[in-house]
Amino acid sequence: MATTPLQPAIEIAGLRKAYGRHPVLDGVEFSVPRGEIYALLGPNGAGKTTTVNILSTLVRPDAGTASIAGVDVLADPALARSRFALTGQYASVDAFQTGEENLAMMSRLSHLSRAEGRARVAELLDAFDLGDAANRKVSGYSGGMRRRLDLAISLVAAPEVLFLDEPTTGLDPRSRTQLWSLVADLAANGTTILLTTQYLDEAERLADRVGVLDGGRIVASGTPDQLKSQVSGDRIVFSFATRADLSMAAEVGGSRADLDVDDDALELRVPSANAVADIRSFLAEAAARGIQVTDIAIVAPTLDDVFLTLTGRDAAHNTTTRAASARATDEEKAA
Amino acid sequence: MTTIDWAPNTASVRKTGFGTAIADIIAMCGRELRRTLRSVDSLVTAFAIPVSIMLVFVVIFGGAIESDGNYVGYVVPGTLVLCLGFGSAATAVAVAQDVTSGTVNRFKTLPVLGSAVLHGHVISSVLRNLAACVPVLGVALLLGYRPRAGFVGWVFALLFVVLMILAFTWLSALAGLFLSVDAAASVNFVFLFLPYVSSGFVPVDTMPAWLRGFAEHQPYTPIIETLRYLLSGTAPGNTLWVALAWLAGILVVGVLGAALAFGRSVKE
Repeated sequence: MATTPLQPAIEIAGLRKAYGRHPVLDGVEFSVPRGEIYALLGPNGAGKTTTVNILSTLVRPDAGTASIAGVDVLADPALARSRFALTGQYASVDAFQTGEENLAMMSRLSHLSRAEGRARVAELLDAFDLGDAANRKVSGYSGGMRRRLDLAISLVAAPEVLFLDEPTTGLDPRSRTQLWSLVADLAANGTTILLTTQYLDEAERLADRVGVLDGGRIVASGTPDQLKSQVSGDRIVFSFATRADLSMAAEVGGSRADLDVDDDALELRVPSANAVADIRSFLAEAAARGIQVTDIAIVAPTLDDVFLTLTGRDAAHNTTTRAASARATDEEKAA
Repeated sequence: MTTIDWAPNTASVRKTGFGTAIADIIAMCGRELRRTLRSVDSLVTAFAIPVSIMLVFVVIFGGAIESDGNYVGYVVPGTLVLCLGFGSAATAVAVAQDVTSGTVNRFKTLPVLGSAVLHGHVISSVLRNLAACVPVLGVALLLGYRPRAGFVGWVFALLFVVLMILAFTWLSALAGLFLSVDAAASVNFVFLFLPYVSSGFVPVDTMPAWLRGFAEHQPYTPIIETLRYLLSGTAPGNTLWVALAWLAGILVVGVLGAALAFGRSVKE
């Protein structure tokens, strides 16, 4: 029962799951064609990990269907497990074993022959840039190396479908970029990838399609470009020198829900269909109130804006997320 | 660094069965043995602490409690049982670590015998504790312990000890599936202190009346007395059946509980 190209690699429909009286998933559905990277984007608690846990046979849903490479996950979880691999939120590698031992253990668990296993381990160590550290205990590895090893372990059996649950959370920008290029390589060679992330730049950078998960439902889905086009017009970004100026400027906007006030960057982002007129009227109002505007930019909408428009909430509340994203972007430019 | 140039494996074969299940368990045992042998912490827990406990009871308490040296013969079986419980409790920490680190999640999503990871923990606990018996008994022999068991007595003692380690370890594994790593680290207190309120170290009739009832009926008393009889070359009689009933009960609770808890334990 090999997968036909027409059969989606991942297909879920009507997925519901509640813990006690608290619904976590409320009818999630999407399907992912083979070789595609699908990003499940949402804040903490949106149901991303629960969706992955159901697909990876760890949790049974209350209702709905799920299949991987044509195998019904709920009816035949054992067979489904030979079709996918899971890389969880935490690098689940053994600190007391070396990198090579971790991989060799997985090749035995994948029931590869000794020769096959040795060749596969060598291939993975090389591809994931872990050859020099192969014989060192993982306890001495950096966070980025552990994540790479974690991903390599998932790939020992060359799974058709890979679940990556927040693969770059807590990673430094250089390691993030490195992991991104490995993931992109995998997909280019035919592995289907379901990625969960709360980082918009990650989804934008990697995903062929994005599903925005909020409150246990997919509230929007499409290519990053399609999603961005749902948010009409450009964004005007006003920059200020002080927090006081920023908060006064936010008052000019009044009660508009689509204002994005960034306290850390001291920026105010405003959607606009007619940027020139809006800038002119804003500057007049700012001058009247004595607000100093240090910079003005007109930018195309990002997934951040999509998220704000769709859910009425800022996707990246915490400052580290923004800082990390900004650094990562800089690194990429430098690379 | 080369790039990734392999395609995913789309061949749909389910290569699992009895043979692969055994291979999975062997792979997991190897993992656990490496965990034990590579950390100073676990080596100390597995070997140095049990040997120290034996030294404390025989050298320090032994002289005070009975100056003619007969206390050694009385206390060694109890100390050995205490050490085996303490050693088995290390499994609770190791299992809790595997749940917390997401390792259990990973093993449960592999096309392998899911429980192999637990079997690995248990089998390596049996090997670790049997290995620990060698220096612990060696120290006791050096200090004047003279077991009078014949070959058959030793064989039964060995089988009894293996059953004891299995029961204690499965119970610890069950605790590890429920508890945080920190809480699991205190499971060994139960195994360290419960034996004191038994006939392992002092006869029960020297205890205060209110404690006597508990000491006589808790599992450690028949377990320790059975081992004492076996090692001294005496038939344990009825005590053996009481001890076996307790150990079988603990084993059943541990195995069934761990099987249920393992199915439900999912690191979110």
